[in-house]
Amino acid sequence: MAREHLSTQYDADLEEIRTRMLQMGGLVEEQVANALAGYADGSSPLLDRVKATEERVNQLEIELDDRCTHLIARRQPAAGDLRLVMAVVKSITDLERIGDEAAKIARIAKQMHERGVVHLPGFSDVKVAANLAATMLKGALDAFARIDAEAAQQIVMQDKHIDSEFRSLLRELITFMMEDPRTISTALDIVWIAKALERVGDHAKNIAEYVIYVASGSDVRHTQGQPESTALG
Amino acid sequence: MPTDTVAFDNLPSKLTVNNLNFYYGGYHALKSVSLAVPENCVTAFIGPSGCGKSTLLRTFNRMFELYPEQRAEGEIIMNGENLLTTTRDVGLLRAQIGMVFQKPTPFPMSIHDNIAFGIKLFEKLSRSEMDDRVEWALSKAALWNEVKDKLKQSGNGLSGGQQQRLCIARAIAIKPQVLLMDEPCSALDPISTGYIEELITELKKDYTVVIVTHNMQQAARASDFTAYMYLGELIEFGKTDDIFIKPKKKQTEDYITGRFG
Repeated sequence: MAREHLSTQYDADLEEIRTRMLQMGGLVEEQVANALAGYADGSSPLLDRVKATEERVNQLEIELDDRCTHLIARRQPAAGDLRLVMAVVKSITDLERIGDEAAKIARIAKQMHERGVVHLPGFSDVKVAANLAATMLKGALDAFARIDAEAAQQIVMQDKHIDSEFRSLLRELITFMMEDPRTISTALDIVWIAKALERVGDHAKNIAEYVIYVASGSDVRHTQGQPESTALG
Repeated sequence: MPTDTVAFDNLPSKLTVNNLNFYYGGYHALKSVSLAVPENCVTAFIGPSGCGKSTLLRTFNRMFELYPEQRAEGEIIMNGENLLTTTRDVGLLRAQIGMVFQKPTPFPMSIHDNIAFGIKLFEKLSRSEMDDRVEWALSKAALWNEVKDKLKQSGNGLSGGQQQRLCIARAIAIKPQVLLMDEPCSALDPISTGYIEELITELKKDYTVVIVTHNMQQAARASDFTAYMYLGELIEFGKTDDIFIKPKKKQTEDYITGRFG
């Protein structure tokens, strides 16, 4: 898209869509970071801010949907432009859901801190999963900003790490619950948080797959990260 | 020995162009163009003005021979025969490869006679056979219901869109194998354009349709295959879905997305 469009307004509209989508991504990234920081240290203002940001994220989702619909109706984008618009329409749904997961983590963290039981003695913590989720999200947004298929491919591959981390957390927490039923409510809360992080990873992976679609036109969904032809062959 | 080739996805090729060069006097207008037009499909040629898309279309029925300074070199194979070198009567060739032009060109005669005129050149039909054929052609061109009560009236009295459908009916009345359309909708309003595009989709069941258009959305809507041409060269030829969603060449992408200039 280095070359300029005959209509500068069209280029401006496309650029605006891209910018707003990345702005929405930045807000969602902040939500995830605040939820995790708030969970770690019990900071109530941080956890409250996650909820407060949700409103702006939702507004941006609606605005972007509207902008994309107008662009399609008025400009009939084709080829790379069309793929970008389709990827934005899909990515913002994933971003909005990541925001929901962050809000879920914040809500559970708040309850845990209010109850005063946050940690299980001897539990290894969700830090690894949290870092993976945050890194995947950042990586997916960076790849989108640069339409970098290779970087996006790396993100797609990372999803299996966070999935396996979630499964091992789950096994560990089930052991706690079986050994000492008093840990059940805290362990379940941690399960929800770990599950939310695993979902953040899934959504980040989706966004990375859309980046590959924008860059190459190949749809790598449901193919373990391989392009269609290779997956079939 | 000329051979027909396979076009795409094992679709048989109706017109196979091999290394075609075309000259307007000293001007080299088509440069080594090769492509296979799939049978019973709609193929669109797109590209900026002067890219050679109409020139290429006009080589298929040797329209250029009307002008002595124009010449074509290479092969255009249809049914195993090189159309450029065949000794067959060019009138018979053009009966097999019909053409519809940018502006509707009804003959200054009745609607009925517009259709019958071409048929009489090639076939001897009884009056009732002729009437049947006229009705068949007008029905195929989705015009019969609008004109069946005024077949004796002049073709010039029809609307632009109807006149264009009359020309399509005239072209298919002599049962061609290929239908060439050079900007068939550029003089029509959107409703008439919609009718013609609908008709093009119908016609491909029986004919191979090749259409030149500078309306990219029309190519996207109406064609199965699209060829993008620029400065006399074929830049990219592929399935319309691929050309409009993931073209392989940067040049095609620039043109399709309006970044051309």
